[in-house]
Amino acid sequence: MSGSRQKWKALIVDDEELARKLLREMLSSHPEIEIAAECGNGMEAVKATTEYKPDLLFLDVQMPKLTGFDVLELIERDNVGVIFVTAYDQYAMKAFEVHAVDYLLKPFSRERFEAALERAKHQKPKREVDPAELGAAARPAGQYAERIVVKDGTKVTLIPVMKLDYAEALDDYVSLATEGKKHLKQQTISGLELALDPRLFVRIHRSYLVNLERVTRIEPYGKDSKVAILTNGVRLPVSRAGYARLKALLDEKN
Amino acid sequence: MDGSSTRKTGLAALAIAAVLFAGILATLLVTNWGLDWRAAIALAAPMSALAQGIAWSARYPCRTNPLGRREPWRIALTHITAALVLSYLWVGIGRILAQWIDSGFGLTHTYKQFLAMQTHLYAAGFCYYLLGVAFHYMVFAQKASQEAQERALESVARAREAELSALKAQINPHFLYNSLNSISALTSIDPTRAREMCVALADFLRLTLGMGEKRVIPLGEEVSLLEKYCAIEKVRFGDRLTIKEEIPDDAKVCLLPPLLLQPLFENAVVHGIAQIPEGGWIRLSATRHADRLSVSVENSWDPEAGSSRRNGVGLKNVQRRLEARYGNAANLQAQAEDDVFRVSLVFPAETEEKK
Repeated sequence: MSGSRQKWKALIVDDEELARKLLREMLSSHPEIEIAAECGNGMEAVKATTEYKPDLLFLDVQMPKLTGFDVLELIERDNVGVIFVTAYDQYAMKAFEVHAVDYLLKPFSRERFEAALERAKHQKPKREVDPAELGAAARPAGQYAERIVVKDGTKVTLIPVMKLDYAEALDDYVSLATEGKKHLKQQTISGLELALDPRLFVRIHRSYLVNLERVTRIEPYGKDSKVAILTNGVRLPVSRAGYARLKALLDEKN
Repeated sequence: MDGSSTRKTGLAALAIAAVLFAGILATLLVTNWGLDWRAAIALAAPMSALAQGIAWSARYPCRTNPLGRREPWRIALTHITAALVLSYLWVGIGRILAQWIDSGFGLTHTYKQFLAMQTHLYAAGFCYYLLGVAFHYMVFAQKASQEAQERALESVARAREAELSALKAQINPHFLYNSLNSISALTSIDPTRAREMCVALADFLRLTLGMGEKRVIPLGEEVSLLEKYCAIEKVRFGDRLTIKEEIPDDAKVCLLPPLLLQPLFENAVVHGIAQIPEGGWIRLSATRHADRLSVSVENSWDPEAGSSRRNGVGLKNVQRRLEARYGNAANLQAQAEDDVFRVSLVFPAETEEKK
């Protein structure tokens, strides 16, 4: 992207009206930036991003339903410059710094705002930042995701982690099996594994991550492989390393 | 607790008692009853060992019959029965030993003498058991007082810690920064409201800082602090936040530790209202029933937001502060029911400070 383009489309996402007004006011001295929409929560932000394809996103972190990190996970991130806007949150700030994502700390000065804006305009969006990892880094140590966000078309679904039966790796996607349905999400299975509590979810195979509570028994299968049988009757392959992990976890529980 | 060292001391005491007992018994057997000294030692050593066993075994009936918690006649009956049975067995075994000694050493008078002094031995066994009882009750009493002392120390430390974290929690940095951001926005949009919010924030800070030094405050004062807090949050949340309040006058005069309810309100805002796009309400109510005061904080709650805060730090702190001040007389309950989250506190209604 370069400064030669005519108009920049921006989206303001914050659940507080005053915070949105403040950003709007600061942007008013920038005629090259057009505010496509203001969103009061993450769901609206996901919808508006698909609709307006903005170049710039001012994104609050703490919002109802979906957090700023969730939003980033769910949108097409090509060609979007993201500036997180948040009040003091030590974990979020650490995550931003680790992943070199730009952020504004509430309350912020005009100078700080201008600097962030300049950087967002001239910097290529960081594709290498994995939003799931960013989200994981923003959680205090020992705390894990309580739900997984998935987008099917335009519909956003929140899956509480305890309702997830298992996840299967499919190339760049994971298929999430829950309550008899499967949801596709663009994420690596290792990325998902990182977000979930390792005492509840076990990687039983290179391609499978299972909810420990769903495993009813393990049966031998073939010469030296095994299958795990879930409460709903689904059979999943268990690798040798996966079996060792599963066993260690079950031993620890007993 | 240094369990192993107490056990070692106990064993050493037991060994000394065994040697003394055996020595005295053997001497008596030789001097008063005219036994052969070999026969006296052969009889006294095992009987002394058994006697220590009898005294030590008193530990179990002592433990199951703690003093002061059962009727004295029951305790006495238990121990007297045990003393009778054990001394009877002890003398019985002694009699058999005496017979063996006679045949082993080729003597004839050991058994005869034993029968002559049997009554004395019954009395000795009986008394020795009771001595054991006294010893064990003493040990238990000492342990109990030590534990009580430790518990008292611990509860003082806990109260101090709860006090400190309450002071630290009274100004949540998030709350402060968000409020400052609102003021920053209002300065150009609505300068009058910006000034009002500065004043409200200053009032809130003044009140909380002043309260931290007091041990208790009337509920009415805590409520006016909560009103200030809500006024500030209302600037942030606008129509998304509604406050309901039902505090009768007889409850307002009751005392409670300062800032006890403030963290509950903060939870209600952060985990309740802030998680619902269209907002919700917080309801504070109190009722006074004679000597009890119940206070409840309820708020709208989104069960799907997944924020399970029943075991949150804030809640735990409130619980600890209640415990530190009222002990078992206070009770805190937190529960989510459909889309309402409710925290209920019940504690003694005090209107003047007690030491």
